[in-house]
Amino acid sequence: MPTSPIQIVLTGNPNCGKTTLFNVLTGLRAKVGNYAGVTVERKEGALLGADPNHPVTVLDLPGTYSLSPQSLDEQIARDVLFHRLTEVAPPDLVVVVVDASNLQRNLYYATQVIELGHPTVLALNMVDVATENGLEIDQKGLSAALGIPVFPFVASQGEGVEHFRRALREFAARPGTKTVIPREFNELPETFGREAQALERQLETLFPNRQRLAAAEALLLLSDDQVLQSHQALYPASVVETVTSARHRLEQAGVDWRSAAIEARYARVFAITEHVTTQTVSDEESLSDRLDRILTHRIWGLAIFVGLMALMFQGIFTLAAIPMDLIEQGVEGLAARVGEALGPGDLQDLLSVGIIQGVGAVVVFLPQICLLFLFIALLEDTGYMSRAAFLMDRLMSRVGLHGKSFIPMLSSFACAIPGIMATRTIESRRDRLVTILVAPLMSCSARLPVYTVLIAACIPNTRYLGLIGLPGLTLLAMYLLGIVGALGMAWLFRRTLVKGEPPPLILELPPYKRPVLKVLVHHMWDRSKLFLRRAGTVILGINILLWFLSTYPKDPSIAEKAQETLAATARDKAPTGTFPPEATASEVLEQIRTLQDPKTSTAAPGDLTEFLKSWPGIETASAQEVSGAELRHSFAGRVGRAIEPLIRPLGFDWKIGIGLVASFAAREVFVSTMSVVYNVGGYDESEESTASLAETLRQQTRPDGSQIYTPLTGITLMVFYVFAMQCVSTVAIVRRETNSWRWPLFQIAYMTGLAWTLALVVFQVGRLLGFE
Amino acid sequence: MNPTDTPAPLSSLNPGAKAIVREVRIPVQHRARILEMGLLVGTPIEIVRFAPLGDPIELKVRGYHLSLRRHEADQILVTPA
Repeated sequence: MPTSPIQIVLTGNPNCGKTTLFNVLTGLRAKVGNYAGVTVERKEGALLGADPNHPVTVLDLPGTYSLSPQSLDEQIARDVLFHRLTEVAPPDLVVVVVDASNLQRNLYYATQVIELGHPTVLALNMVDVATENGLEIDQKGLSAALGIPVFPFVASQGEGVEHFRRALREFAARPGTKTVIPREFNELPETFGREAQALERQLETLFPNRQRLAAAEALLLLSDDQVLQSHQALYPASVVETVTSARHRLEQAGVDWRSAAIEARYARVFAITEHVTTQTVSDEESLSDRLDRILTHRIWGLAIFVGLMALMFQGIFTLAAIPMDLIEQGVEGLAARVGEALGPGDLQDLLSVGIIQGVGAVVVFLPQICLLFLFIALLEDTGYMSRAAFLMDRLMSRVGLHGKSFIPMLSSFACAIPGIMATRTIESRRDRLVTILVAPLMSCSARLPVYTVLIAACIPNTRYLGLIGLPGLTLLAMYLLGIVGALGMAWLFRRTLVKGEPPPLILELPPYKRPVLKVLVHHMWDRSKLFLRRAGTVILGINILLWFLSTYPKDPSIAEKAQETLAATARDKAPTGTFPPEATASEVLEQIRTLQDPKTSTAAPGDLTEFLKSWPGIETASAQEVSGAELRHSFAGRVGRAIEPLIRPLGFDWKIGIGLVASFAAREVFVSTMSVVYNVGGYDESEESTASLAETLRQQTRPDGSQIYTPLTGITLMVFYVFAMQCVSTVAIVRRETNSWRWPLFQIAYMTGLAWTLALVVFQVGRLLGFE
Repeated sequence: MNPTDTPAPLSSLNPGAKAIVREVRIPVQHRARILEMGLLVGTPIEIVRFAPLGDPIELKVRGYHLSLRRHEADQILVTPA
C-alpha cells in the first residue's frame, strides 16, 4: 500500500538554478498554483521515477536570500520552512540549492537553513561555471564542514541528476531517520550568544512542538527588526518582553544586535569557503562579463534594449493580431452557426452572443498573453531581465517605481491584462501595487479602434508640411497622454497612497544563461493556464451579465414600431403612388420585399428602380432598426439615458452614454455599439465600415441642429477613453493579482473620476476658447 | 587601512576601482538586507560600471554582481584597496 507522500522542499537563492533542478527532478509536469490568499506561485510535482509505493512530492520554494524576509516570496519560503502554513506539509527533507560559482552568499542562506534542523542535503549546482571561473571545490571538505551530504550538479545539462534521484528514492524508502542535531554556523559575540540561548530555552518551553527550530528562531527573533512586529499573534508578550530587554542589554554592551548575527555568519562562511576552495586560474573575464560590456553599454546597451522592446511590442501588437483575428472569426462563425441551428429566440441569443462570444472574449487574449509570457520567460531565463531593470531603473525611479516596472508598463500598450500579470516579477509589494494601479492608463490595443473611428469622424484631415497629418498627431497625442497620466499617477500614489521611502534597489545581475526552449514554452503555458482558469471565469461571467443588460427587458411592440418607422421612411423616399395610402406598415415592407426579390420582381419604372437600389435591402434595414431600438430600450440603454445628466457637461448625449456603458465589456465594443445605436449595423472593423460609421457619426445632430461629433467632442471623448477604466477583464485580473476587491474598485473609481474630470476640463476650456 | 585614506562614498569611485567597505550607514530598516547580500565592513569590492543613465551602480562583491542605486551607494563608505 502506498504510504503518504514524502515531502521534499527545494530552497535556495534566486538564480541558483533551483527551478532547473526542479524541472529535471519532476520532468516538467509540475502543478502550478498559488499559495492560499497570496499571489505567490506554488510549484509542486511528483519525483520522476519514484517507487509508486513510496511516492515523493517535490515543492519548489520561491528564491530567497535570507530567512529574514523582504518580500512576499521570501516570507512564503520562510513560513514553509518554519512549518507555519497549514496547507503545506512539514518538509521531510530539505534540499538547499547552492550556486557553486557564488559560494559565499549562497552558503549564507544555506547555513541558515541547515540550522533549522530538518534533514537537509546540499545540491551544489553549476559546478561547471565554477570550474570555468577557475574555482575548485573540495566537496568532501564542504560536506564535512556543513555536516550534511553534498551532491554536485550541472542541472542544466542533467549531470548528477540520476545519482541524486537515486539518493532521494532511497531516502523515501526508509523514512524515520529524521532526528537531526542542528549545527550552528554562528560564532556570536559572547553576550549575544548568552541572550540567544536564554530566548531559545524560553521558546522550547513555550512551543514544545517546534523545539527543533528554537535555536534558529531565537536568533532570528533577536536580530530581525521586523519579525516581531509582523508576527505579533505568533508570540506571547513574554517573548516580546525578553527580546526587547535582551536588545537593550546588548546595546548597552555595545553589540549591534541587527548586524552581529549576519557578521558572525559571514565570518564562518568565509572561513569554510577559504578552507574548501582553491582558485586555480586568475579571474579572467568570463563570457558573461564580456556580454555585459555590450548589453549594458552606454550606447549599444540602450540601443539593443530599445530594439528588443520594439520587437516585443511589435510581437504583441502585430504578430498576436493574426491568431486573434482567427479566433474572432472562429467565434463569429460558431455563433452564427449556432444561431442558424437553433433559430431565433432568447436561448439562441444567450448561447451565441452571451456565452460563445463571452468565451471568445477570454480566449482572444490568449495569443497576446502567450507571446508576452514567452518573451518574459526568455528575458528571465537568460538573465537579461535584471539587465533591463538595471538599464531602466533611473527612468522609473524618477516617479518612485522600480526598474522592473518597465516591462509590465510597456506590455500594457498591447493589453493591460498580460501587463498586470507580468508585475509578478516585481518583488516589492508596493512597487508592484503602484505598477498595477497605473498600467491600464497606457493606451491598450482595444482603445485603438475607438481612437480610429473618432478621429475619422471628428478630426479634419489637415496636413502640415505636407507630411504630418492632424489625425496622426491626434493619435500620437492620445498615446502620450496615457504615458504622462500613468507616470504622473505613479508619482502621486508614491506620495500619498503607498507612502514611505521606496525600498532600496538591491538587484543581483546573475551570469547569462542559455535558455531551454522546452522550459520556456512550459513556463509560458503554465502562466497562460492560470489566466484562463482564474480570470477567464470572471470575464465570461461579466460578459454574460452585460449581454443580459443589453438584451432585456424586451418589448414586442419594438419590432412593430420599427416597422412603422421604416415604412414611413419608405413612403417618404419612394416615388409617390408606389404604395397604396391605406396599406399597413407590414404591407408596405412586404411590397418592397417582393420588388427587391429578383424572382418575383417585375419591371419597374426608372425612379422606382432608383429607390430600390438606394434602399439597403429590407431585411437588413429592418434588422438594424429593430436592434437599434431594442438596445435603446434595454437596461443598458436606460443606464445610458440615466447617466446623461452626468455626461452632458462633457458634451456627450445619451447615445454616447450607451456606448460608454457597453464599453465596460471591452473598450472596442464602443465602436460596434455605436453602429447599433445609429442603425449602421454590421460593423466588421474593415476600412469601409469604419468610414461608413464615421460618416454616420458626422451626420448626427443635436435637436437644435448643431453637429454632435465636432472635433471638440471627439477629443473630449478620446481623452475620456484614455483615462477611464472600462474593461471588466482588467478588473478581474487586478482582483486576482491583488487578492481583494479593494484595489480594483479603487482603480475603477480613480480612473473614471480622472477621465470625467479631464474630459470636463477639455470640453469646457475648449468651449471657452471658441470651439464648438 | 592607511591612515591617510579617509573613507569616501562608494558612489564617488570610478569604474574598475577596487575598494574595501569601511562603514555601512544605510538606515536600519534597509540595512540588514544590504549586509546579508555580503556588503559588510571589511569586504573587498570592485566597481564594475554605472548604468547608461548614470544610476544604478554595478559592483562585484564576494564573486557576484550586485546593483545598488547611488542613493544607497552614497551611504556606504569605502577606502581604496
